[in-house]
Amino acid sequence: MAQLKVLVVDDEPGIRSGVARILRNFHVTYPFMDEDYTYEVIEAATGEEGIEIVEREKPDIMLLDNKLPGIQGVEVLEYVKKKNYDIVVAMITSYASLDIAVKAHNDGATDFIPKPFTPQELKSSIEQITKQQYLKRITHKLKVEGKKVRFQFLSVLSHELKAPLNAIEGYLRMMQERQMGESVTEYESAIERSLQRIGSMRNLIMDLLDFTKVSFERQVEKTRELDLREMVSMAIVTVSPYAIHKDIQFVTNINGCGKIWADPNDFEIILNNLVSNAVKYNKSGGKVTVNVDCSEDEFTISVADTGIGMSKDESKMLFEEFSRIRNDKTRNISGSGLGLSIVKKVVELYHGVINVESVADSGTTFTVIIPMIQVQNIKAEI
Amino acid sequence: MNKKVFTVLVADDDPDYLFQVAYHLRKLGYEVIPVESQGEAEQVISKIRPDIAIFDLMMESDDSGFILCYKLKRKYPDVPVILATAVAKETGITFSLNSEQERDWIRADLYLEKGIRPEQLDQEIKKLLKV
Repeated sequence: MAQLKVLVVDDEPGIRSGVARILRNFHVTYPFMDEDYTYEVIEAATGEEGIEIVEREKPDIMLLDNKLPGIQGVEVLEYVKKKNYDIVVAMITSYASLDIAVKAHNDGATDFIPKPFTPQELKSSIEQITKQQYLKRITHKLKVEGKKVRFQFLSVLSHELKAPLNAIEGYLRMMQERQMGESVTEYESAIERSLQRIGSMRNLIMDLLDFTKVSFERQVEKTRELDLREMVSMAIVTVSPYAIHKDIQFVTNINGCGKIWADPNDFEIILNNLVSNAVKYNKSGGKVTVNVDCSEDEFTISVADTGIGMSKDESKMLFEEFSRIRNDKTRNISGSGLGLSIVKKVVELYHGVINVESVADSGTTFTVIIPMIQVQNIKAEI
Repeated sequence: MNKKVFTVLVADDDPDYLFQVAYHLRKLGYEVIPVESQGEAEQVISKIRPDIAIFDLMMESDDSGFILCYKLKRKYPDVPVILATAVAKETGITFSLNSEQERDWIRADLYLEKGIRPEQLDQEIKKLLKV
């Protein structure tokens, strides 16, 4: 339950107490709001007193009579506008004066309540104002949060890009200054390391392109018929040089799936990321099992490895951007920290979910479940 | 009289950066203990008193460097600490160590941007060691 402060500025005591009485047991609720709103009424008999209360209490809503003993209602309105306060103002007025209405409207009054008003008229005005106030605040909050997220993303990104640059620059300086001697053979490991850092930087940039594609450029969907069996084996072929090096075996089971209708890029992103992670974070001589199951209403991809696994706390942060798990076991594994957040975004485009189950030191299983209606299982020809 | 050899503890999870700093410092005549994580650095601190320490800020966690500063200062209040990181410019987190309050909070004696030239680093170390 949230409470909004309503300031009534009117020189007629009857109006003030009337508003207080009507709003005392009134509450506003909408399906999209987190909570109900109730109202606390504060009264002011003059414009001067109204301004004092505005300063002291910071009300959310102000019901303002124009004709007041001292300064006029429109002047109070001007004051609120000048101070840029987040107050919704409704004018209560008995004069149907066009001049004042126009002036008040220009100064930010959002509503006019004719005097005398029935309880129902007041309530429906307050209801409108509450809704408006709520939306205004929620939009503002989302904007601020969005900015914060973008800012964090960019700052981490630039850090991730700057670290390899520093490393490569350092090695080049050592060569330029012949720090390790005159012969190029002295610098072999420095060159090798620089090439590796450039490689992982390239991967980061590729991931970043995927990420922006998934996040921002989604006007045209390039869907076509996809053979899942083919997609899975392509993902395995892509990672096979690394898998051979680590002596990793693959097992694939594909059950009940014909062709699906989807964007091949999306499924490449999902499968490549999951399969290459399963190799990357596996132990030498380990196994990767890829299962794809199609049922009437769901389509499930699961990729299981026999690798280093992770703790519950670690798996919680897994899908966040740049949230690489850093520990002794992952230190020598390079990664952009973007892969899984991209996979998650893609899966969500298909209204699917991605889950992870992991046991430290024994392995991790990622499961993607996508509603069949999103991809239309086209049964294989009989 | 023999010149004293100073021991520098360097913690950084970027293996290349660590290698380069260690290489340069050794060339400049320092004894270097390079470690790749906050955990390893803590182990070293528990056994050895270095003459000076250089910590990266972000290792296992985003504030590993701060934690190490704190732990080192608690055990050896007189050992100077340099925080070296590439994080500040991008994040806009500008922490200098000019006021007493900031020094109290961060517990490092000097804050350096990564990518500093070896000779410059040497000078800064000498200043902190008062040699």
